[in-house]
This record gives sequence, structure tokens and C-alpha cells, in this order.
Amino acid sequence: MKSKATFKTLLVASVMALGVSQVALAQDTVKIGSVLSVTGPSSFLGEPEDKTLRLYVDKINAAGGVNGKKLELVIYDDGGDANKARTFATRLVEDDEVIAMVGGTTTGSTMAMIPVFEDAKVPFISLAGAIEVIDPVRKFVFKTPHTDKMACEKIFEDLKKRNLTKIGLVSGTDGFGASMRAQCVKVAPTYGMQIIADENYGPRDSDMTAQLTKIKNTAGVQAVVNPGFGQGPAIVTRNYAQLGMNNIPFYQSHGVASKSFIDLAGAAAEGVRLPAAALLVGDKLPESDPQKKVVTEYKQAYESATKQPVSTFGGHAYDGLFILVEAMKRANSTESQKIRDEIEKTKGFVGTGGIVNMSATDHLGLDLSAFRMLEIKGGDWNLVASGS
Amino acid sequence: MAEFLQFLISGLTVGAVYALVALGFTLIYNASGVVNFAQGEFVMLGGMVTVFASAAGVPLVLAAFIAVVVAVVIGLLLHRLAIEPARGASAVTLIIITIGASILFRGIAAIIFDKQFHKLPGFTGETPIDILGAAVQPQSFWVLGGAAVVVVALYVFLEHTLLGKAVLATAANRLAARLVGINTTTIMALAFGGSAAIGAIAGILVTPITLTSYDVGTLLALKGFAAAMLGGMGNPVGAVVGGLLLGLLEAFGAGYLSSTYKDAFAFLVILIVLFVAPQGLFGRRVVERV
Repeated sequence: MKSKATFKTLLVASVMALGVSQVALAQDTVKIGSVLSVTGPSSFLGEPEDKTLRLYVDKINAAGGVNGKKLELVIYDDGGDANKARTFATRLVEDDEVIAMVGGTTTGSTMAMIPVFEDAKVPFISLAGAIEVIDPVRKFVFKTPHTDKMACEKIFEDLKKRNLTKIGLVSGTDGFGASMRAQCVKVAPTYGMQIIADENYGPRDSDMTAQLTKIKNTAGVQAVVNPGFGQGPAIVTRNYAQLGMNNIPFYQSHGVASKSFIDLAGAAAEGVRLPAAALLVGDKLPESDPQKKVVTEYKQAYESATKQPVSTFGGHAYDGLFILVEAMKRANSTESQKIRDEIEKTKGFVGTGGIVNMSATDHLGLDLSAFRMLEIKGGDWNLVASGS
Repeated sequence: MAEFLQFLISGLTVGAVYALVALGFTLIYNASGVVNFAQGEFVMLGGMVTVFASAAGVPLVLAAFIAVVVAVVIGLLLHRLAIEPARGASAVTLIIITIGASILFRGIAAIIFDKQFHKLPGFTGETPIDILGAAVQPQSFWVLGGAAVVVVALYVFLEHTLLGKAVLATAANRLAARLVGINTTTIMALAFGGSAAIGAIAGILVTPITLTSYDVGTLLALKGFAAAMLGGMGNPVGAVVGGLLLGLLEAFGAGYLSSTYKDAFAFLVILIVLFVAPQGLFGRRVVERV
């Protein structure tokens, strides 16, 4: 009996102690939430995002935090499942009471989480690609990655300069490929592009020679664009060379903007052009480039901390985190509403993805200059001088 | 004509892979009545182990050999640790076990290897060969030739060796096979090991063309299963014909009809075939005696 009473006292005491310590913590830390697809099919996006956030939150805290307060990062892994993402979003808002959120690896999970953050009036900086995230503009939702529409525009801009207007599309039927294909078809008339061949392939298909043969035999195709993601574009590129189509200019999307694409496609990748973020060619940027400093520093920090090659996806997380941190500094407050207002006022923020100028009507804030047109030469990326 | 040849060869190449996966299904199905949905993971293992072994400096031939051995060991373990303990269970239960095993293998592969795509160099270069205007990767011949060798070897084994006949006997009637002194457990293990080897060989042969990653197995298993059903589950000839046919349907569907609906087209044909001949093209008619 006695021991039971002692136990009770102990329990009460420890609960009180816990409560006290939490109060103490709450005063000098501020919670930032994140839901990422660290595992699952989108893990190649979520993993670098996760590592980037952890790396830089530690760095920020080591340097004294933001406005004298340490950041506490709460990350949940949705495993690529939009349902789980929504549950975690609710938990972030209701239990963890985060002041803002940087996360949402895929468009699917982002769209599922948006209503939660809109209702709770907590700013949400998404790391997802699709334009639906910020179009129409929602009060509390922002995003950092370029949209597929911008990639199409960048490619068409380059084609226009080369006086090539009759193009063939060969697109993956996965979410990325299908969405970018739709955007390309939509913006093509604006740039005077005529899509005269339009083929598709499954995301796990292992041979695309049939589709490419069809395009090859379509009279008048002046260039081919391949909106796609993963291993598909690498196989398309290899089949493209196999069929001897190298005399027709070939464009990939930013979806393949990683070194592994060059490795996988091998010699077949020579001469392929693609729009990509400055991060990929940090060392090749001229010293005068405003992004040079931030991209080389991020690349160096990420690669030395994780021993993995840098990816644009981690860069999106970097941009999201620092847009938020700078807004917090300007707001000098931990109130979600004030931070939201300051995020929207972000001007001239130099990130890894480009120079961000947000406004009440533009919650992305990037223009086409955020993309660099690259050409693969000698197994490496090369900046294409404009107009060549 | 060049166009037709191009579709034909790409269809045959992809079809040969489906055929090898379908053969793996067939072998295990024959011995145990189980459809092994971890078959695709053997293909993945063949490719991934070869990639990583050769990246570690092992010569390609040896790396390929290691990959086959690894796959066989895992096939035997699958049988010993998961299938054998549940031998009294119904076929459906065993099939569910294999699905679980495939998820497990995929997860482990994602951790041990990585989640990136990998390639192997073509065994005999990568300069396309021109055949009457169709550009063919040299590796295609390796895939077709390799598939042919596997099929012939399997045929000789099943029809002309005592052990092979024991497999067929087990397939025909397990109880009767046991009564005439065949150790059916060993036969089952043999079937799992053999089909793991076939899967791994398929994986090694196609990686230079299709690339590989920890999760290539899922779709291949699905396509291989469809091919096996089309040809008639349990019939090795049917598996090969079904696989090649499925590959050709996809290639010609994409080439002459619509690339968007090529898979739908292929599966539509399969549905029609199964509707007309539910046991598949070469399937045995199953007679239930009451």
C-alpha cells in the first residue's frame, strides 16, 4: 500500500516536472513542422529534403537561432501516402502547434494537406512541383520548386530562338510526365509551337523504340521533347540514339536534372538539352551570377554532411526554410499570421532555385530566369549561351 | 518494312524477358500449385547484384555468376523459411506469403543497395546493328539467345532427366509422387531454386537495355504473370509463347495503334483469349472428377 502511494507521488511529481520543463522549452524554442515522403516511392525527393532541413536547422540553432529563439523541427514521414500526410498535418497543427510548415514532398500530399493549414491559418511552404499548389492562390500556401509549365516555356523559348517550331512529344504517363505534357500542349500556341507527334510510354516501360520510330517517321518533326521522370527518359534517350535520331534536337525536362541521368543514358545523352536549376551547374556559373554564392555554399554543405551528390529537391527545402526564417526575422514574431504576411512580401530572395519575388498574386515568385538551359557535352552539363 | 522490323524486334526482346519471368512462374506452379509473386524480385536481384558486384571491381561474368547464386540462395531460403513451414496451407495462403516475401525483398534491396537506377554495359558493345533498316541493340540478341538457351535447358531437364521427371510427377500428383518415393520437399526446393536462377538470368540479360532498380520486379512479375496466364499456367511452351506474344502486342500496339493505350490493348487481347480459352493457349484442360 505504502509503495503504491510513493509511486503515485512520484508520478505526480514527474508529470509536474515534465509540464514545467515543457513550459520552459516553449519560451525559448519555436516549432517548425514538416511532412515529407522520406520513404516510399518518392523517397528520392523526400530524403534530400529531410537531410537538408535537419542540417540547416542545426546550423541555424548553432548560430543562435532566429530572433533569439531556437528552432525545433518536427518532421513526419508520410511514406508517399497522401492520407497519412493529412493526418500528420492535423497533428502538426493541433498537437505540435507549429508556427509554420515547410514540407509536402509530392503534389498529392501537398494538396491533401492544404485545407488543414488554410483552416488553421498556418503558413505552408510546399516543396511540390505542380502549379495547382499555388494556382489559384491560397492565402497561406506558398511553394519553392519551379513548375512544369515554366520548364515547357523555357524549352519552347530555346526552340523559338533556333527557329524550330514543329515538335514531337514523347511523354511518360506518370504524374510528372502527364502533367508536364498537358502544360506543354497548353503553352505551345503562345510560342508558335506545333505539336505534330504526341506519343506516350508507361513509367516502367523498358523499350520506347516503337514510339520513337513513329515520331521518326512523322514528316517534318524538327525537335523532340520528352517530359518524364525516373528511368524512362534515360531509356528514351538511349533508344533515340539507337534509332539514329541524333540529327533531330532532343530536349529533356528538369525531371532528369541529376548526374544519374547522364550515367544511365551514357553516350546517348550527348547533345541533349534540358532546363535546370542553377544548383546543378554551380561551378560553371560566372562569378557575376547572383546565385553563384548560395548554390556553391549549399552544395558544399550538403555534400560534406551527407556524402551524397546534391539534388535540386534538397535545394527546394533549403529555399523554403530560409524564406520562412527571413520572414520570421522581418516579422520579429512567432505569430503565424504575421509570418505569412512577411513570406508574401519576400523580395529578391536568392535561393538555390532562383531569385524569389513573391506577391499577393504570386506565391512562387520565380520567373524563367530561374531555369538555365543546359546541354550535355562530354558527359557533363554545359550552360547554353542564349540564342545558340 | 523497316518500321515493321523495328517493332518486331523490340517486341521480341521485351517479350523474351516476359517469357523468362513466366517460365519462373511455371516451374514453381508446376511443382507446388503456387503462383510465386516474388518472381519479379529474383529478376531485380539478378540485375542489382550484378551491378553492385561489378561496381566493386568483380569481372562481369563472375558478377553475373554471383548474382545467380545469391538469387538461388534467396529462393531456397524463401522456400525453406516461408513456404515449407506453411505446407499444409491452401495455395491462396501460399500465394499471399509470396506477395509478402516480394515486399520484404524489395524493402531490403532498397536498404542494402539504394533507390537509384543502375545500368550495366552491353555485353558486346552498344553500337546498334542495322537489320534491313531497323536499328537493333546487340544486347537484344543476348536476351533472345539467353532466353532460348534457358528454355531448351529447362525442356531437356524436365523431359530427359530423372530429376526433371520427378518435378513433373510432383506437378501431376503430389501424393502419388510421394508414394513412388519422390521427396516432394526436395523437388519444391529445387523448383524455387531453379526459378530464382531463371529470374536472375533474365535480370542480368535485360539490365543493359532496361536499367534496373530495387523495384523493377513488381511490373515484371505482373507482365510475366499475364504472359503465363495467356500461354496457359503450368505449360513451359505456353509461358514462352505467352511472353513473346505479350511483348509483340505491346510493341505493335504502341507502333500502329496508340502508345497511350498499348497496355490496355495488350490486356484486352489477353482477356479475349482467356474468355475463349480459359485455360490459356496451351493450358491443360483441368477436369475435376467427383
